[in-house]
Amino acid sequence: MRIPILKLHEYLLISVQVDLDDQTALQFQEDVLNKIHEEGSHGVVIDLTSVEMIDSFIAKVLGDVVDMSNLMGAKVVLTGIQPAVAITLIDMGIVLDEVPTALDLEQGLDKLQSELEG
Amino acid sequence: MQVHTHVEITSEWGIVAARQAGRKLAREVGFGSVDQARITTAISELARNIYLYANKGQIKIEELADAGKRGIKITAVDNGPGIKDVRRVMEDGFTTSGGLGAGLPGVKRLMDEFIIDSELNNGTKISAIKWLR
Repeated sequence: MRIPILKLHEYLLISVQVDLDDQTALQFQEDVLNKIHEEGSHGVVIDLTSVEMIDSFIAKVLGDVVDMSNLMGAKVVLTGIQPAVAITLIDMGIVLDEVPTALDLEQGLDKLQSELEG
Repeated sequence: MQVHTHVEITSEWGIVAARQAGRKLAREVGFGSVDQARITTAISELARNIYLYANKGQIKIEELADAGKRGIKITAVDNGPGIKDVRRVMEDGFTTSGGLGAGLPGVKRLMDEFIIDSELNNGTKISAIKWLR
């Protein structure tokens, strides 16, 4: 299973619509980095509105993709994390340190724009 | 009649199957969306541990009804290498697999009751219960 990555000007947009299994999550990590490289993207929005569960493995993959993209020179914003998912992550003691987030796709794009311009 | 499901964990797909079975039962028992996420996440952590450390095992998910209380019980059983130091694996941030080390201590916090029983070279059994409020 592959998660589609859309290009919009200098940004990449990704909406995760499936329950992530480990293999899909790792494939996704690699695909995002390759796409950043191919397209020369400056920013990435990963929308998690449809994701109903993030466990410690998926949290690590998401945190890593943010760090890896930063290394390459692209900023990543995670958007749309559901209340139940936020509560569960904090209950678990998982803190996604220094991971930029926004309420929804629109605000995520605004955040990228202001960070890249600022 | 009380419902219970068994999921064999022999591959990564077992993790997804256990998660889905858990969410379905949690919904049927009447848990709200936050507790459904807690239960599903706990199952995912336990199933992944089986896959990572023991290669195979079972996740049993059952409905509980006890003196007017209802809940859900997850039991994870494997015949893997066992846990050398149970106290250490319950510490936040302790990992031998390069993960976040949030798995087992996380499961304990997500659920209401948590029992871990492990014998070196003889497998691990973990039970966790969430009660419906």
